[in-house]
Formats: sequence, C-alpha cells, structure tokens
Amino acid sequence: MKQLLIFVRKEFYHVFRDRKTLLLLFGLPIVQIVLFGFALTNEIKNSKIVICDYSKDVASQQIIRQIEASNNFEIEKAIWSQSQIESAFEEGNIKMVVVFPANFNNDLQHLHHAQIQVIADASDPNTATSLTNYVSAIIRDYQQEIIGRTSMPLQIIPETRMLYNPTLAGATNFVPGVMALVLMLVSVLMTSVSIVREKEMGTMEVLLVSPINPFLVIISKAVPYLVLSLINLAVILVLSVYLLGMPINGSITLLVAESTLLIFTALSLGLLISTSTNSQEGAMLISLMAMLLPTMMFTGFMFPLENMPMPLQIFANVLPSKWYYIIVKSIMIKGLGFAAIWKETLILFGMTLFLLQVSFRKFKIRLA
Amino acid sequence: MQDVVLNQITKTYNKGAVRAVDEVSFSVDKGELFGLIGPDGAGKTSIFRMLTTLLLADSGMATVNGLDVVKDYKQIRSRVGYMPGKFSLYQDLSVEENLSFFATLFNTSIAENYDLIKPIYVQIEPFKNRRAGKLSGGMKQKLALCCALIHRPNVLFLDEPTTGVDAVSRKEFWEMLAGLKQQGITILVSTPYMDEATLCERIALIQSGKILSIDRPEAIINQYPETLYAIKAAHMSKLLHDLRSNPQVKSCFAFGEYHHVSFQRSDTNQEVQLLKYLQELQHVGLEIKQIQASIEDCFIRLMNKEHAGSRH
Repeated sequence: MKQLLIFVRKEFYHVFRDRKTLLLLFGLPIVQIVLFGFALTNEIKNSKIVICDYSKDVASQQIIRQIEASNNFEIEKAIWSQSQIESAFEEGNIKMVVVFPANFNNDLQHLHHAQIQVIADASDPNTATSLTNYVSAIIRDYQQEIIGRTSMPLQIIPETRMLYNPTLAGATNFVPGVMALVLMLVSVLMTSVSIVREKEMGTMEVLLVSPINPFLVIISKAVPYLVLSLINLAVILVLSVYLLGMPINGSITLLVAESTLLIFTALSLGLLISTSTNSQEGAMLISLMAMLLPTMMFTGFMFPLENMPMPLQIFANVLPSKWYYIIVKSIMIKGLGFAAIWKETLILFGMTLFLLQVSFRKFKIRLA
Repeated sequence: MQDVVLNQITKTYNKGAVRAVDEVSFSVDKGELFGLIGPDGAGKTSIFRMLTTLLLADSGMATVNGLDVVKDYKQIRSRVGYMPGKFSLYQDLSVEENLSFFATLFNTSIAENYDLIKPIYVQIEPFKNRRAGKLSGGMKQKLALCCALIHRPNVLFLDEPTTGVDAVSRKEFWEMLAGLKQQGITILVSTPYMDEATLCERIALIQSGKILSIDRPEAIINQYPETLYAIKAAHMSKLLHDLRSNPQVKSCFAFGEYHHVSFQRSDTNQEVQLLKYLQELQHVGLEIKQIQASIEDCFIRLMNKEHAGSRH
C-alpha cells in the first residue's frame, strides 16, 4: 500500500514538473469549448433571411418590424413559391425563410390561433437553431403583448422546419463530443506515453528488477490521469453551462459516473498501446491515428453518423467515444436516467474489461 | 559458496542470426568483486540482463544467490541490486526523491540502510534537492549506486558503471566498490576499460559472446608468454607497417603512443637487431623499451588467437 502511495506521488511529480504538457492538458478543453462554442456558433450575425408575407396585414407587419429591429440579420422581403425557397437554400444564399400565410391576422382575430412557418437551412445546425430560436422568441413576445392588450387567449404557432438535417445532429451537441475527445486524449495519449517513457528512459528496467508488482506500476500511472481527466470534465461542464448556456437536464452524478467509466476505458486502451510499442513517438502516433482521428470523425458530433456509408457506420461501433457520446447526450440534453442508457453503459464496460484483459496478457514481466 | 553461476548460457537475437552470448560459463564467489571485461558488443549487457531476470537465455542455466534465474525470478528481483549501463533514474525527481522512491520500492527506508550508502551518499548529499537530470555524470553514477544499494542487496550487478565518467570519478567509483566488498556484498561489474581490470579480484575477458579467459588479473598478465617491447618513432604509421613486414616480429599492434611488439625468438639480441633494421629504413626518434604486459595486451593476444582458431 505504501508502495502504491509513493508511486502515485511520483507520478504526480512527473505530471506537475512537466509544465508544458500540464498547460496543454488544461488549456485544451478550454480552447476547444471556446472554439466550438463561439467560433462555430456566432455566425448568426449577417445571416441573410427572407420574409414572405402573403398576408400583409397589421399583425404580420408588426412582427416583421420587430424582426427588422434586430441587427443580426440582413432581411429581404419577397413573395416566393416553395420551389423558389428551396432553390435559394440550395444555392446557399439564405439561411432562413419566415412565411406568413394569407389571412394571418384574420385567423388570429377570429380563430384565436395562427401559424407562421419558419424554415431554416440546418446543414449548419448551430446557426439554424440560433436563428429559429431567435425568431420564435420574437413571435412569443408579440403573442404576449397582444394577450396583455386584449386579454384574449391568442396563439401564434411557429411551424419550424429544419431543412437537410431535421434531427439537428450536432447542434448544441458538440459539448458531449468535446468531452469524449478531451477525455480520450488525456487518458489514452498521456497514459500510453507515460508508460512508454519508463521503457525509453530505462527506468522500467530498474523497476522490473525490484520486488514490486508490475501491475502496481500501471495502476499508479493511471491515478494522476484519472484525476486530471475528472478536473478537465469539471472545467468542460462549468464552461458549457455558464459560458454556453448548455443544459444539464439529467443527473449530474450519473454523468460523472459514466464519464469515469469512459476514462477507465480510455486508460485501459492507453495501457494496451503502451504494451505494443517501445518509443514515445510510436505511442503518440498510435494514440493520435488510432484514437483521436476516429473519435473526431466517427463519434457523430462533427459529421452525422447517419449520413455515412454503412461500413463506416459499423466501424464506428468499436469506438468507445460513440457510445459515450450517446450516453452524454441522453443525460445532458434529453435528461434521461440510467434506464435509457444501460445498454451503452454495458458496452463501454465490456470494452474496458476486454482491453484490460488483452493488455494484462500482453504485459511483459521481462524486457523484450 | 558461489553467488552467481552461469552454465553454458547462450543468447541469440534476431531469431538466431546474432549470437550475443555463446555458451558462456563462469561463477562468482560470495563476497567477490568480479569483472566482466570486454569491448562494446561483447555480450556483457546481455549477460547482466539474463542474470537480473530481465531476459531469458536460449539455452543453459544460471543461478543467482542459489536461485534459478527463470523459476525463482521474483525472489531474485528482491535480493539483487542492479545498475543498468544507461542512467536509469527519474531525471525530473530530485536526488532525495529518487533515493526514497527506490527505498520504498524495496520495502525499506533511507534511514534503515543509511550506514551502507553513507560513504557514497555524503558526496551527493549537498545536492539532494537538485533534479537528478541536472547532476554531473559522476554524481549521477553515485546516485544510481546509492539507489541500487538502498535495500542492502546480496548481489550487486553494475553494468558499465564508469562509462562516460571522468577519470577522477572513475577512480572514486572503484574505491567505493572496494568499500562495498568489505561489507560482504558480491559484486559483478562490467567495463570496457581494460585498465580497470586490475581493480577486480577476478576477471573474465569476453569478446563476441565468448569468454577468452577467466582468472585473477595478475595471473592473466603472468600467463603472457612473450617478452613485450614498446617502441615509438617519429612516423608511427610507417613504423607499424615496417614492423609488420619484419620477419623477426611475431606480433605488433598500435597501443596509445607506442606500438607493442613481441619477437619470434626470445634472445636479447632481438632488440638490437630490430633497431638496426629500423635505422636502415630512415626512422628517426626511435625509442624501445621492455615492458610488462597489460590486460589489454593479454586481451588482444587472446582475441587474435581465438580469431585464428575459429578460421582454421
């Protein structure tokens, strides 16, 4: 036990004395969150939208004026047919179309409910959500205003349609993706590199010629990176909730528990990589090529998996991050409990056991 | 009692293409300071790794402290001290942190065995808060020795401990080993420096994975059969060529600032005849003296003999 403690302390010394790597490890999630959060979502400025007003009455004019009051859009008024709208989207000139049907005010006054169609180009899901949310908010405000004035139960229903990407895969969902990415990076890359470093520096040779159980070496390597990963997780969650306004609808305890499971999966993968290579460069290359790239590509947060060819969709199943991504989305966005994600959890758990067994079997108690 | 025994140990690499260690047998007595002397690539490190249970031999058997290196590897690992040829401590930990880490690794503490390492540790203690990576070569070796000793091992394996270390530190290091021998620790040390051989009690000369000779250094030197002369002149390379083409000369090889020469016949006349022959060839600044053979002379003679033997 004392051996484990001094080992873990030694690993913390290694981590904290390597300032550059440490800075990278903590800077990375922050940079990624800010990058994905702002650089990729703040495009609503200067977005071109088209308003088709078939009604041209008091109510529609008032709503249009309020939309115009915002400086976020370039607004064009036109009467377009359905096919004109579609071709405009296809050319990529416009981001959103707001359609007021004929007799808008009439419906509102007599039927007490009216509809506005909001069509957005969701191939850029972040922008599409922001735009439709924005317009919906204006419509809601207007509705509140006339209810207050006339005390009649009026209802304006914005019919939102997302073109090209109706499920909005990837919208506010990059946060789970970044979580998967950062946890994989820290755990897989750093563990494998730090174990291989012992081999490269020759210290493994000395450790092997000692009564210590080699597995203790491995376990103590994992502890600091587990801690680091959990800190990173906390940073990401705090940033996404307070900076990006991302919800955590489900249980935060469950989220942390599932994240810890992913960290264990990643640590065992890092261990496996370290048993298969003898140089830090090799470990880094395998980690980057075999882990980070597929995690970016096939987790589903950058490119929707549904749009990929079948072989790639099948390949995505071997990535732990794919399952973790589903888990995190279910907890954070949909607010679901364990009952909804036990299958994915089981898959991650199985992967971890498998990886651990293979790497323990491959672990060498001698050199070469 | 014998603390280290090797019996017909063979180790090959690249699926048998390279015979690094070729049927090597020797044994080291308890409390002995035994030197494995040979150039780079002779197989010294492979032998050390097999004895410290890090590598498995292809054939043959070996015991350390009476324990089989394959079967009882776990017990051996807690009883021996091992200092690899490459500096293998944590460069980013301080001197003291390294030492206390290795102490805990072996379930002991610095305080418990301080008396054993004290003569060595006092020399590096002023720098105990310095990172190991920032120490000089000599101090690194002292720290590595302390770490290898901290659990009071029965057998100490030192693989080329003085390689890359300055002359003064090398001398100090051997004095430390003499001190450790007093404590009754069996020490197996390897070195490519032939001049260090005489500091061991017994040595094995090794070349290309084969043992050339095993004995006390003095005995090996006394076995040198011919009288040896050192000779020098203004033009050393021409001298070497001329000496080699002289039928009088049995062997001749460059050795520092002199060439070492032995004659076919052993009468005293040889020296005078040789000088005359060289003067006729316009050599100037000639100097010749009879010398005592060194371990290196013995090594070269044995190596040439082995080489000639394997060719016929």
